[in-house]
Amino acid sequence: MNRVAVTGIGVICALGRNSEEFNQALREGRSGIGLIHCTDCTTLRFHNGAEVQGYDHRPYFDDKRADFMDRFAQFAVIAAREAVSDAGIEWTPELRESSAIITGSCVGGQATEDVGFFNVYKLGQNRVHPLTIPKTMANAGASHISMEFGITGPSYTISTACSSASHAIGQAYWMVRSGMAPLAITGGSEAPLSFGILKAWEALRVVSPDTCRPFSKDRNGMVLGEGGAMLVLEPLEAARARGARIHAEIVGFGMSSDACHITQPSADGAARAMRAAVCDAHLMPEAFGYINAHGTGTQANDTTETSAIRAVFGPHADRLAVSSTKSMHGHALGAAGALEAMAAIFALRDGFLPPTANYNEPDPECDLDVVPNVSRPAQIEYALSNSFAFGGLNAVLAFRR
Amino acid sequence: MSDELIQRVRNVIANTQRIPVEKITVDSSFQELGIDSMDGVNILFALENEFNITIPDDAARQIRDVRQMIEGVEKLIGGGTADAAAVTS
Repeated sequence: MNRVAVTGIGVICALGRNSEEFNQALREGRSGIGLIHCTDCTTLRFHNGAEVQGYDHRPYFDDKRADFMDRFAQFAVIAAREAVSDAGIEWTPELRESSAIITGSCVGGQATEDVGFFNVYKLGQNRVHPLTIPKTMANAGASHISMEFGITGPSYTISTACSSASHAIGQAYWMVRSGMAPLAITGGSEAPLSFGILKAWEALRVVSPDTCRPFSKDRNGMVLGEGGAMLVLEPLEAARARGARIHAEIVGFGMSSDACHITQPSADGAARAMRAAVCDAHLMPEAFGYINAHGTGTQANDTTETSAIRAVFGPHADRLAVSSTKSMHGHALGAAGALEAMAAIFALRDGFLPPTANYNEPDPECDLDVVPNVSRPAQIEYALSNSFAFGGLNAVLAFRR
Repeated sequence: MSDELIQRVRNVIANTQRIPVEKITVDSSFQELGIDSMDGVNILFALENEFNITIPDDAARQIRDVRQMIEGVEKLIGGGTADAAAVTS
């Protein structure tokens, strides 16, 4: 089995257009949550989101190419370009034929579908744009990445709501670890800030009217975000041999299903996924120093996740740092796990704990060290990144410095 | 709290929750009726449609039983505005 190195990282989200800007925002504890501009939110009960402010395809794609891509697929390619460039990959025909692309997305191009359905239902038009289907499909991100780099190996997309990107990265990790693929581009992308989608989230009554305050007693819900984040994974030995920069290692992946409720989280399911990741890494829970929490900022998630962490880590839970960077980059659904994996990687690589921003007051039911508001220097050896999806499908990744 | 209002709210709960209306009394708690948080959100949606009202999130979070639900609806249809305090008071 190969050890697996992260040799490339790329990101676009509310915190920045590249990984350096993203890293800087995490260090500063700066939240990217603000008024949503790309959609008219007048008739919504919330007006804030974590949007890529002022996004336009033109610096990234010419008009003709952009015509074929929903915003979520554009984010996938933008992040993949940075990750591939960062990794300094020298493509050979063999490498192109065997590399894998595993992406995650929850809603895919539903924003494109939203427009098409508005046209037929509301405007009474008798046709929708012929690119509606190819722009909407959740695998469009993986497909456009494959075309961008001419990669012809195994490529597919995983859609498990808020766990999508973590499941994707975990799958890619196992493929590289087993030798099935010599390289993988993996992560997630999402662009859910479209009116119909926002309305559907409003109906669930889980979205905060102001901001995301994970683990804070006065938290009042999640805030939706958008963006894309991609990693390049390679066998550690091969990466070292070619002199690649190694950002971090992935050392474990664990999954579980709650089999409980379609929206309510289960501490048992979350705990089993964390234990599975720790076990897959052949480590003891005490080895870990940081958890990038799922931390949505809803009443239910944050207390349940706290219980789950206590169940897995026992007394060591009081020596762990646990923060939710969703307080800064929002909840980007199928991209969330990739943004958060990146935050965990930066924490390990650069020796700091990203904070839980917007934190006001301790909640006795969330009594962990949540790194309130200000990042801290810390040399951490191992970190977890938690993703717990609606539908009870959980994915947890373990990283090593 | 008129009998007509009570009946309409009971019917909405029965139809949404798919349980016999006889099981639902003004004093039933959500727990007794097996109404979890997602069920509650579904019922609020149905009530908003039935009475053409908007129930604010803050108020929705406080509702734990049928009586609070009926009182909340009564105030919203009376006042016509979606005041959070109206549903919780």
